[in-house]
Amino acid sequence: MRPFDYVRPSGMPEATREASRAGSAFIAGGTNLLDLMKLEVMAPDRLVDINRLDMGECSATPAGGLRIGALVTNSDLAADEHVRRDYPLLSRALLAGASGQLRNKATTGGNLLQRTRCYYFYDTSAPCNKREPGSGCSAIGGATRLHAILGASEHCIATHPSDMAVAMQALDAAVEIENVEGQTRSVPLSDFYRLPGDTPQVETVLGSGDLITAVVLPAPVKGSQIYRKVRDRASYAFALVSVAAVVGVEDGTIGSVALAFGGVAPRPWRDHEAERILAGERPSDELFARFADEILREARGQGGNDFKIPLLRRTLIATLQSATDESR
Amino acid sequence: MTAYLKMDEPDRRNRLDSMAQGVIGQPLDRMEGPLKVSGTARYAHEWPVERLCHAVLVRSTIARGHVVRIDRSPVEAMDGVLAVIDDDRLLRNPAQGTAGKAPVQGPREIFYVGQPLALVVAESFEQARHAATQLRIETMATEAVLDPESESTDRERPEGKQTSQGDLDRAMAEASHSIDAVYHTPGHSSAAMEPHAAIAQWDGDDLTVHASCQMLKYNQEELADALGIDAGRVRIVSPYVGGGFGSKLGIAHDAVAAAIAARAVGRPVALALSRRQVFETTMRRSESRQRIRLAADADGLLTGLGHEALVSQLPGETFSEPVAQATHFLYAAENREIIHEIVRLNRTCAGSVRAPGEAIGMTVLETAMDELAVKAGIDPVALRKRNIPDKDPEDQRPFSSHMLDQALDRGAELFDWQRRRPEPRSTRRGEWLIGLGMSSAARVNSLMQAESRVTLGGEGVRIETDMTDIGTGTYTVLAQIAGEMLGVPMDRITTVLGDTDLPPGPGSGGSWGASSTGSAVYVACEEIRARIARKLGCRAEDLTLKDGHAITGNRSTALGELIGDAPISVRGVVEPGGTSKKVRQSTYGAFFAEVAVNDVTAEVRVRRMLGVFAAGRILNAKTARSQCLGGMTFGIGMALTEELIHDPRDGSIVNRDLAEYHLPVNADVPQLEVELLEERDPWASPIQAKGIGELGISGAAACINNAVFNACGVRVRSYPVTLDKILAEL
Ligand SMILES: Cc1cc2nc3c(=O)[nH]c(=O)nc-3n(C[C@H](O)[C@H](O)[C@H](O)COP(=O)(O)OP(=O)(O)OC[C@H]3O[C@@H](n4cnc5c(N)ncnc54)[C@H](O)[C@@H]3O)c2cc1C
Ligand code: SF4
Repeated sequence: MRPFDYVRPSGMPEATREASRAGSAFIAGGTNLLDLMKLEVMAPDRLVDINRLDMGECSATPAGGLRIGALVTNSDLAADEHVRRDYPLLSRALLAGASGQLRNKATTGGNLLQRTRCYYFYDTSAPCNKREPGSGCSAIGGATRLHAILGASEHCIATHPSDMAVAMQALDAAVEIENVEGQTRSVPLSDFYRLPGDTPQVETVLGSGDLITAVVLPAPVKGSQIYRKVRDRASYAFALVSVAAVVGVEDGTIGSVALAFGGVAPRPWRDHEAERILAGERPSDELFARFADEILREARGQGGNDFKIPLLRRTLIATLQSATDESR
Repeated sequence: MTAYLKMDEPDRRNRLDSMAQGVIGQPLDRMEGPLKVSGTARYAHEWPVERLCHAVLVRSTIARGHVVRIDRSPVEAMDGVLAVIDDDRLLRNPAQGTAGKAPVQGPREIFYVGQPLALVVAESFEQARHAATQLRIETMATEAVLDPESESTDRERPEGKQTSQGDLDRAMAEASHSIDAVYHTPGHSSAAMEPHAAIAQWDGDDLTVHASCQMLKYNQEELADALGIDAGRVRIVSPYVGGGFGSKLGIAHDAVAAAIAARAVGRPVALALSRRQVFETTMRRSESRQRIRLAADADGLLTGLGHEALVSQLPGETFSEPVAQATHFLYAAENREIIHEIVRLNRTCAGSVRAPGEAIGMTVLETAMDELAVKAGIDPVALRKRNIPDKDPEDQRPFSSHMLDQALDRGAELFDWQRRRPEPRSTRRGEWLIGLGMSSAARVNSLMQAESRVTLGGEGVRIETDMTDIGTGTYTVLAQIAGEMLGVPMDRITTVLGDTDLPPGPGSGGSWGASSTGSAVYVACEEIRARIARKLGCRAEDLTLKDGHAITGNRSTALGELIGDAPISVRGVVEPGGTSKKVRQSTYGAFFAEVAVNDVTAEVRVRRMLGVFAAGRILNAKTARSQCLGGMTFGIGMALTEELIHDPRDGSIVNRDLAEYHLPVNADVPQLEVELLEERDPWASPIQAKGIGELGISGAAACINNAVFNACGVRVRSYPVTLDKILAEL
């Protein structure tokens, strides 16, 4: 690990100010950042420890939703009564991720910003556009089991590994951000992550010093919520494919519908356009197949991950079937 | 005084059975368990040493070539850095098990990605690690050989590993049922919990190394040879080893580099491999391509058996994964062809990993046997039973003992095998298809030269040997043998292990540890009994030793009294002899598994698994069972998740951490049942015990794969059985 400075601000303006200095990084649970620092994949000159900031609570919003402080741990969030009752999908996604020890440390903000698990990103001797812009992408033509079938570019085919973010994507979450001027803005999660294009090193809309203060969920919509994660072992493995679904059926037709997919793209994948295929229709296998076709229309495998195309197809159809089971 | 036994004749006296203490075989807890769970057992990297500094290895990033230049001065100028070392004696790769001499050395010629080329020594670990990332090594790359199956690469066929008997082609042509299929198994890493680590200290010309090693006698010679010094000057201390699984059989980079560095900086040096270095610099199991041919008559009697294996290895290494080791004797078939081929490759060195040979060879053979059973419409258990030979089918030697038949029967009974529905896809629970599968287990057995000193004093018994306990239970098992023989309660027995200053043994490996070193302890105890008998003026056979007392007729004397302040100390030596040659020795067993395959995603979950094993006398029912549980857990990993993924362009291991190298986790492992069969093998050892450590994995993966077929009708011939391979045909 490279020598670095460490500061632990106790209040807000100080935190964003410290972080806006070049070479700084926030540290929350540290479960991702410290691993990357040991390997010198990330080598910040200063760590701004945000654990003293007052962002560790969940609270109800006036709109009937939930505001989740950025420092709420994954364990606490999964166990939160409000979450378990109104957003069971989120609770299940969290519990499907990492391990008990990690979830005890991992935070909501850190989870959103965890870096890809691409093997080559972790190997400082391998070219990687995300780590060293312009150096090339080693994954293309290499081992690609973990990689994206949607949203990738010729510069980067990495996936975003989070389970939590996939659930939040289906729940229409928004990210609350405070900047160095002390202004707060709210960005829908759908707009929060950037696709790699030719700048895979830029992963989100966050600017220098920007701090995630909370994630806000809108009031729960009626319907069944499902999180289905498919992985290489029964626990403690990242998703090969995951499906988060919120589907409401009224009078035999699909009312509200939100589907997000993990393990397949550089960000939690959601296709609002495609969802229109489902809205207002009677649930049927034929309908689900059409939806799957649309979702996967531009899917492209890299060899080692070709199987994700049929796997996502099957998993999302099965998820839709169980979400609409009772009404069919 | 030395007591000596050469194992030339079978020992049918079963002496341990006529003793009175009643501890042998008992499921006693491991004596060192409390130390380990309380964190007070000291591992190699944890010894408090004054003026200690730290070293970190620097790796090659190319697969083949040589070092042109090392830009050392910028790094030497860094904070805390004491030295940058690229000594000629650095190892290319660790020594193979029982080598007793240094492996290939020299950090200038590069043979694989990850090969250590230099090390940086610094005051603190963090300084050394950072400095190591900054060391620029200029290399010149030459063409590497990276494809293990390339047709254009030469293949070697080592003598003594090939069998050709009868006419297999003809048997195949005339068979009522036959199988001819190609299977693949991937590379594996031992992935022991404790990474390879060493602390080296020099005192003048004498070297002491605290290291994590499995075979101290050999490691001492390997280290001395690597350094170019006399073995008498080297002491290795290794009382606790946090798992080895073969990766710590031979001396490795850590000990050699730490010793070189300690000499260079004139201070003690600690060196621990990082997890990623463990993956890329310590022994991997070779991947394999295996072709199996089975020819059977209408009743399923094998008339022909072919097993061709292709494995890889670095140039210049003699070891190669002995894939067909058990195929030579497991099933009868008149026409046989066993071929063993090696391709020289620029990948991390291949070596012994968890039951080298049988782990993958039995797995593939037993997958093919299942295919034959399906094809012939014969129950898989019945098919195996029908083909058990009554003597070694190749060299006609008798078996020392043979319990496969019993293991199969007992397993089928316990698992309720008769309820299995042979037709795939016949049992469904919602999305999940349920299936049952089984396979045979076999692992060759061997006795090795071993020595132990046993001292009976007024306070109790002391056992000393350089044997190691790699988490297997050696401390406890040796104490049980001495306790039984000398009638001394367990709490008055001390076992001292893991120090080359103690009498040498063969170490932990090849499953021979407990039976070999245990026999040395036994031999010493026999002599001590004889001496006590002499003191009491009776025959050793008429002597009862129990609870610290010697009893003859109606006379009971406290051992303490009898010995006074003249302890009896005997060095027991056992050596393999005629019994290793006259008979074929193996352990046997059977595996049964029930799995569920998800009909949507092709995920596989093992629902229950049973192993029935016969390994001669069981010395401690608990530690033996634990060994089997460990083996079966590895079997689950081999079947479903474990695989070294090599980059096709440079052979590097891309999944070199425990997040991406998928060992089974708790959620992958259901309730495992182990049944140990009562057996005494008089040919194996004077204590009638055989090795059990590796038996639990030897064929285990096949029962799961066979169950997958029974569940969903998809036959996967490439391990591990990951969901993508099933999905393709689901
Ligand atoms: C072995 C292993 C397995 C795992 N498996 C899974 C899995 O299956 N599914 C899954 O979803 N995750 C998994 N994880 C990832 C885990 O969820 C993340 O490491 C964790 O959520 C990160 O949270 P943290 O608080 O520790 O982040 P940190 O490591 O502290 O930070 C991560 C990044 O976020 C930035 N950051 C943190 N908080 C803020 C903030 N409030 N505002 C702005 N920037 C911020 C930091 O600067 C840093 O760049 C696994 C991790 C490991 C090590
Ligand atoms: S996929 Fe992205 S993260 Fe992986 S090597 Fe390519 S550029 Fe780097």
